Amino acid sequence: MAESDNIVVETAEKIFADLADPQTINNDKKGAWQAPLWQALSEAGLPLSWVADDLGGSGASLADGFALLNAAGRFAVAVPLAETMLAGWLLAQGKIASPQGEMTVLPANPRDRITRDADGALSGSCRGVPFAKAAKHFAVLAHGNDGVSIALVDAGKARIEAGLNVGYDHSDSVTLDKVQPVTIKPAPDGVSQATLMLMGGVARSLQIAGALESMLDISVRYSNERVAFEKKISKFQAVQHNLARLAGESAAALAAATSAADAIANAKSFDDEIYLEAASAKIRCAEAAEKGGGIAHQVHGAIGFTMEHILHRYSLRALAWRDDFGSESYWAVELGKLVASRGADELWPLVASR
Amino acid sequence: MTAALRFDPIRLPEKCEQLRKEVRAFLAEEAARGTFDASKPNREDTDVPEFCRRVGERGWIGMTWPKKYGGQERSFLERYVVTEEMRVANAPTRRFFVADRQSGPVLLKYAPEHIKMDILPRICKGEVCFAIGMSEPNSGSDLFAAKTRATKTDGGYLINGTKIWTSSAHIADYMIAIFRTSPPTKENRRHGLTQFLVKMKEPGIKVNPIGQITGQYEFNEVVFTDHFIPDDHVLGEVDGAWKQATSELAYERSGPERFLETYYVLTELVRAVGPNPDTRSAEGIGRLVAQLHTMRRMSVSVAGMLQAGKEPVVEASIVKDIGTVWEQQLPHRVRDLAAFVDETATNRETLQRQLDFAIKTAPKLTIQGGTTEVLRGIIARGLGLR
Ligand SMILES: Cc1cc2nc3c(=O)[nH]c(=O)nc-3n(C[C@H](O)[C@H](O)[C@H](O)COP(=O)(O)OP(=O)(O)OC[C@H]3O[C@@H](n4cnc5c(N)ncnc54)[C@H](O)[C@@H]3O)c2cc1C
Repeated sequence: MAESDNIVVETAEKIFADLADPQTINNDKKGAWQAPLWQALSEAGLPLSWVADDLGGSGASLADGFALLNAAGRFAVAVPLAETMLAGWLLAQGKIASPQGEMTVLPANPRDRITRDADGALSGSCRGVPFAKAAKHFAVLAHGNDGVSIALVDAGKARIEAGLNVGYDHSDSVTLDKVQPVTIKPAPDGVSQATLMLMGGVARSLQIAGALESMLDISVRYSNERVAFEKKISKFQAVQHNLARLAGESAAALAAATSAADAIANAKSFDDEIYLEAASAKIRCAEAAEKGGGIAHQVHGAIGFTMEHILHRYSLRALAWRDDFGSESYWAVELGKLVASRGADELWPLVASR
Repeated sequence: MTAALRFDPIRLPEKCEQLRKEVRAFLAEEAARGTFDASKPNREDTDVPEFCRRVGERGWIGMTWPKKYGGQERSFLERYVVTEEMRVANAPTRRFFVADRQSGPVLLKYAPEHIKMDILPRICKGEVCFAIGMSEPNSGSDLFAAKTRATKTDGGYLINGTKIWTSSAHIADYMIAIFRTSPPTKENRRHGLTQFLVKMKEPGIKVNPIGQITGQYEFNEVVFTDHFIPDDHVLGEVDGAWKQATSELAYERSGPERFLETYYVLTELVRAVGPNPDTRSAEGIGRLVAQLHTMRRMSVSVAGMLQAGKEPVVEASIVKDIGTVWEQQLPHRVRDLAAFVDETATNRETLQRQLDFAIKTAPKLTIQGGTTEVLRGIIARGLGLR
């Protein structure tokens, strides 16, 4: 995932640099930056990266889309880019064309469930749905008596209760009460709620890793500017060691996330090995968000605790992203059960298979 | 970005998987013949010369070295696979591993041709054991405070002084050591150290075993009294060993042996909890596996960088830092979870025995090969803070 030779990432980074400067966004309390940014991303075809041309998208590879999400994480952008990408991807699994405009996916939490009646109507409640309030459509994964379906739903037909996550982004409750979808198709073999959670989890992992890269970057820079006791604080060994640990957490998050992305991009199906990669990425990135974010704040002192400073754009968002598509505890339990069910002698072969 | 710390998702090529199968089959054979017991990391007989010879016969020592010195000219990634399989199986590699990992590469770089031709093929056959003489009683982290003197004499040098914490010195045939050939200069306190090849079983060398808190004897004090080293045993530049020694240490870091030393307790815990663990055990195992998987991906990535001819000094230090801290905490996490294991689990005793040993092993993990604080200093330098 080298940035330089990836046209999708290059395009995105140009747009982010022009329209998503963290300080400008942070100063703009009215949110005027959002519309131009979303428009530029849409014109470049980025929100529908994972949708083939014939289904209305731009047909980028999974790998390029994942790299794009990592870049979005480095800017901590707060527009439904990842959500629309995931929604487009899910719809494409059901061969459903994507409409234009903001989308998000239901459910965004492994324990929530949408069910489908015999007559095709969808019902169920989902918590913590990112950007539901901003979405024009939902891509829904639903369970019926005859299996799993994928549906496109008009957001206007849902009951939405607005909420905010710890990163101050919309994280809403959505209820479908016998809603007739715009389109509904059976999901292909191998696409299940777990698959959606793993895809979403890897998307979030890449965003968290990106946010940590930026936290390392601004923390190192700050430590080289801030003077205390007549020295730059970067000269204190304790500060250096904290930053070395932050570098480790950032590197671990990025390694886990990019490895999982690479695994999915090259996978034929979501087998145990992909499960190990994706679950590990979400667990390890969430841990890194906690440890690494803590250090970034420590290095910044009080200034980093202010709304004026950009640090919180990364730190709080990285913390919030831990909760979407399964928290680290959720995935740890699931991964632990998988490992236990395969047995002790299969643990090393599983790890070494990657 | 300040630090482009990217760990690309290198995958091991197909021929590594074939090799992995061969190594596993070999280790299963050895275990079956009673050479070692994978469930017993604390066994007494960690030095098994015949095992080393058989590993050598397979071509798995010095495998990346040129064929003319007995190597196989295979890739770092292939070597990686052999190292991790040996480590996970708790195979008795002590006799050859230091030579394979670091002494051999140092000789390849700095030894005169006739010495290379003499020693390297024997290393590859698993017949030679090396020790590393860097630390001294007053110079561990601060390598450049080393005082053991090498005084020029006719045709060579006379060595006087003491090395300490020298792993395997009691079984070693050779040591690669740094000695002081001149005082440090005002401008450069690293000046004045020279690297030597020491033949261990010669007059003027006394090896005194030092007991470890695990109950084992693996490191030693090595006292030199007018020990003679011939001129052609100088490795590299006289007075300039600091460059060599620091690059040598890079071989010591980031390999799979840097996070797998206490791995066995995790396998044993999975065995003890059985196929249907309670939630707390499942979560604990899941987290540890996620952390292990992540580190291994980072470590494989560094092996890929080495294969590509890069010098990933900071990346390797990060893997060693995270890796040793992890393997140090691992037995404590497993102990915590083991409290919930059913007393009737058939491997309860094995798990307890392993835990006791791993908990005693843990304190050394962040010390050997350079302490965590020193590594973090290297990482900080890589970040541009020093
Ligand atoms: C099991 C084992 C095997 C070993 N095998 C070998 C071997 O084969 N050959 C060999 O040469 N050596 C070997 N060593 C020695 C090892 O490399 C040293 O122990 C290590 O370099 C630390 O040196 P020290 O023990 O003198 O500790 P010290 O250098 O005295 O350090 C004590 C503490 O102070 C900290 N400290 C020191 N300097 C600084 C600093 N500048 N900033 C912050 N903190 C600092 C250290 O991190 C450490 O926590 C082995 C050690 C162990 C435990």
